[in-house]
Amino acid sequence: MLFCVGLYGVLRKRNIIKMIVGLGIMEYAMNLFFVLLGYRFHGRAPIDAKYQDILNMVDPLPQALVLTSIVIGLAVTALIISIAIRIYEKYGTFDITKIKKLKG
Amino acid sequence: MKAINIIPLFVIIPLAAAFLTSLVGRLIRRSSEVIIFITSLALLGSSLYARVLLNSVPGKILVYKIGGWMPPFGICMVMDGLSSFMLVTVNLIAFFVAVYSLSYMNQYTDKPKFFTLFSLMVCGMNGVIITGDLFNLYVFLEIASIASYALVAFGTEAEELEASFKYAIMGSVASAFIFIGIAFLYSFTSTLNMADMARILAYKQNAWVIPFVGVLFLMGFGLKSALVPFHAWLPDAHPSAPASISAMLSGVLIKTLGVYALIRVFFNIIGSTHGYLTVLMFLGVISMLVAVVLALSQWDLKRLLAYHSISQIGYVVLGIGLGTPLGVLGGLFHLFNHSVFKSLLFLNSGSVDYAAGTRDLKETGGLGKLMPVTAKTNLVASMAIAGIPPFNGFFSKAIIIIACLQKGFTGYAICAVIGSILTLASFMKVQKFVFLGEIKDKLKNIKEVPFAMLFSVVCLAIICVLGGLMLLPSLRFFLDDAVSVVLKGTSYAGVVLEAASRQ
Repeated sequence: MLFCVGLYGVLRKRNIIKMIVGLGIMEYAMNLFFVLLGYRFHGRAPIDAKYQDILNMVDPLPQALVLTSIVIGLAVTALIISIAIRIYEKYGTFDITKIKKLKG
Repeated sequence: MKAINIIPLFVIIPLAAAFLTSLVGRLIRRSSEVIIFITSLALLGSSLYARVLLNSVPGKILVYKIGGWMPPFGICMVMDGLSSFMLVTVNLIAFFVAVYSLSYMNQYTDKPKFFTLFSLMVCGMNGVIITGDLFNLYVFLEIASIASYALVAFGTEAEELEASFKYAIMGSVASAFIFIGIAFLYSFTSTLNMADMARILAYKQNAWVIPFVGVLFLMGFGLKSALVPFHAWLPDAHPSAPASISAMLSGVLIKTLGVYALIRVFFNIIGSTHGYLTVLMFLGVISMLVAVVLALSQWDLKRLLAYHSISQIGYVVLGIGLGTPLGVLGGLFHLFNHSVFKSLLFLNSGSVDYAAGTRDLKETGGLGKLMPVTAKTNLVASMAIAGIPPFNGFFSKAIIIIACLQKGFTGYAICAVIGSILTLASFMKVQKFVFLGEIKDKLKNIKEVPFAMLFSVVCLAIICVLGGLMLLPSLRFFLDDAVSVVLKGTSYAGVVLEAASRQ
């Protein structure tokens, strides 16, 4: 659902910044989804301590992976925002309907 | 050194090069150029060496376990016929592009940063090719993509920024689809190792999630490889980048991130069913025809070439989608050939741009007399892409068409022939307007480009001419091993796991 909101933002908005926000929402959606895959009801943090039952741990792997994915998302967002700033310097607008020097 | 230790080098060498160029590139003049030359040469050498090495290994597969963990748990790197085929292709093109950029990038500022991004991109592509872990594949894919977004915007002019923005948005959406697909597969199989995943999927019944994941991956990798319904970013992004980067993007990036990943996921993990193959073939044919028609009406040299990239990717996907040994052979062979001649064409367009200062077909003309080497190599590449007999493009296209006919898809075969003829037509236009005809007054005093640029284009042209020889029996193992990996399908799992436990 959150993913769809983000996708809508990317596809439908005309403001560059709003598109970037849409992309961010998409990234959060997929991270959340991946983390929840490893979730268990009444689970506990996946730390291997003494006298703890190993069975009701949440799955640690998605958490590690999502950490990587968040970093990737950060890099992409930073890059896109810096491009957006340069676009604003060149065109003086954030409206994508006014930014169309390239055709086809 | 044990033979197996060569595998991680494909990631380590370019990563180290990226680090070094950014570190010492500013301090010592020209050091970044020396570093990039040595590393790309080393990569090319080790990829060829690895290919030879693979012949001496039983089963023709090498598995490197990072940190010594056994496959279902740790990350492993797998090198089989297909990966080493792709590695040779990527590193070959990367080497020539690097040599070319030594002179070409003089017109831009900040060479060290360029070479840093370039090495990162090569690192990402090599990583995608050799990894045996699905999430690892995603990470390398993002490394290559982020480097390429930045490289497209390298000129920081208005158009380049716009193209890069478009590319970055589309690319990120594609990555999101791929990531969700991986998440679903993980939740279904609780493993991320490709081989293990294939093994579990093979005996799980009632796999409702598979068609859904298939569609997600098709959208994601289709966007990355610019098949026609998803192609909108490519004609903007590829012409805007510096010419050497266009050559990398068109030549190998869309193939590694798109086609190779598609093959791995659909053939080796999910297992190719009739439905996927039909979709792939259909997308291939559509890309082939639509893109070539769009290319005919272009007046910007690089934009025209970019549309041709989409069209040629169509051929590759059609060949692979056929799923017969001959079709896959043709598809992979065409993939190699297209890397060679399309990067040659892009490098030539860069030379024209470098010498004449424009790439509008209406403003150039008569360059054939002033730039004889560029004109001749361009002629070779145009003939090869259009499929004129002695060149490599002819053999691969002929194999694809024959394979279509064998399987009874006469319509697709006819489409492939039509696409080829239209390609020829649009390249005759390029020849006519760029290299033949009257010399315009303001272009009178241009000169041929520097030696490093000529060296790359001439070498690539020679590969174009000799490419057909790869079908000779003594050299055929290069293609045949790659084909056999694709055709083995999901039994890939057993081979990898068995090799991992042995080595």
